[in-house]
Amino acid sequence: MLRPIIASTALGAVVGSVLAASVLFARAEGTPNTVTIDNFSFTPAAVTVKAGTTVTWTNKDDIPHGIGATNNAFPKSKALDTDDSYSFTFTTPGTYQYFCYLHPKMVGSIVVEQ
Amino acid sequence: MSEIDQRDGVNRRKVLECMTWCGTGVLWTIAGGVPHSLGIMGEAQAAETRGLTFLQISDSHVGFDKPANPNALGTLEEAITKVNALPQKPAFMIHTGDISHLSKEKEFDDADHIISQSRLDVHYVPGEHDLIDADQGKIYRDRYGKTAKGAGWYSFDANGVHFIGLVNVVDLKAGGLGNLGNEQLEWLEKDVKGRSASTPIIVFAHIPLWTVYQDWGWGTQDGAQALSYLKKFGSVTVLNGHIHQIIQKVEGNVTFHTARSTAFPQPSPGTAPSPGPMKVPDDQLRKMLGIANVTFKQNEQRLAIIDAPLQG
Repeated sequence: MLRPIIASTALGAVVGSVLAASVLFARAEGTPNTVTIDNFSFTPAAVTVKAGTTVTWTNKDDIPHGIGATNNAFPKSKALDTDDSYSFTFTTPGTYQYFCYLHPKMVGSIVVEQ
Repeated sequence: MSEIDQRDGVNRRKVLECMTWCGTGVLWTIAGGVPHSLGIMGEAQAAETRGLTFLQISDSHVGFDKPANPNALGTLEEAITKVNALPQKPAFMIHTGDISHLSKEKEFDDADHIISQSRLDVHYVPGEHDLIDADQGKIYRDRYGKTAKGAGWYSFDANGVHFIGLVNVVDLKAGGLGNLGNEQLEWLEKDVKGRSASTPIIVFAHIPLWTVYQDWGWGTQDGAQALSYLKKFGSVTVLNGHIHQIIQKVEGNVTFHTARSTAFPQPSPGTAPSPGPMKVPDDQLRKMLGIANVTFKQNEQRLAIIDAPLQG
């Protein structure tokens, strides 16, 4: 994931805004609001979306995982078995830290912009 | 057979002569508090007749059907068959959690159906997989925790040994490890207060109480605080599951031991991208699953655990 992020950031600099970069990256990749759970980690671990975006987590591990927000900033998911998904629509700008409430070493964040 | 640890010659109360591995398992004898291994099952049997023998099983994950073991219920049944074949019946069984894979009623029903064939009393503590029903553990507590405190912790005595079942899979904190929490720690402190220092203590919980591998969350955030309440005791044995492999450590008077799963193996710390279920060749699987047989001998300062693989 590192290379495309750097590429889109560079492109963003040309456009003149970091926000534009993340949107561009989002469009270029086609799946900006999707987080894959695999090998006990969230990919990408940091996601930036515009307010009103629905983010979907999908568990590709053979072990269930659960999405819980630090400080309960958004509702926690039920336990996600293999191939189960959880979605939440972020309407309020801010930074949302989350973790797997079954394996709390797994952490990620969603940045919601205006 | 291989010896995995040996400390000798200091003081009998601090000796761990550990541990001869054999086809049927690792057997611990405890007496007055100190661990000692018994080489073979025959020897273990002889010891067992004078003390307390109990069994540990762990991580049955009933409902798991992925490539690492498409039939976790079947291997649990094999484990119980092994229990029933023991030459001498254990006094009871402890299950150190992850009975089910997804906390479904049917998974618990299936597990209970198989485990009850041992005709042993079973003392459970939950794993994180047992508390993920919609009501966050109600099914578990209704079945196994009716007389327990809080999320399911309790203690009991058997043959002069004080057993403490702890829950370290609730209210986990972002970025952290297993968690006991203040309420349980306060209970533990009171539970052991006033007990004689010569009382052998056996603590059992799902996630290891000591840090086996931080990066994979294999430890308990406030485990050290729990152990601080047990410092005065001459013999403390901590039995855990969660990591689906045998790892043992001795620190002062405390012996830490994790049991195999009956469902699927997990990789050794740091040897894989993640701690997820490890797919091994079919003919290897049953060598990596198993049960643990624990024997306590009074007045002999000895404790022995025998870990028995399902096969080999």
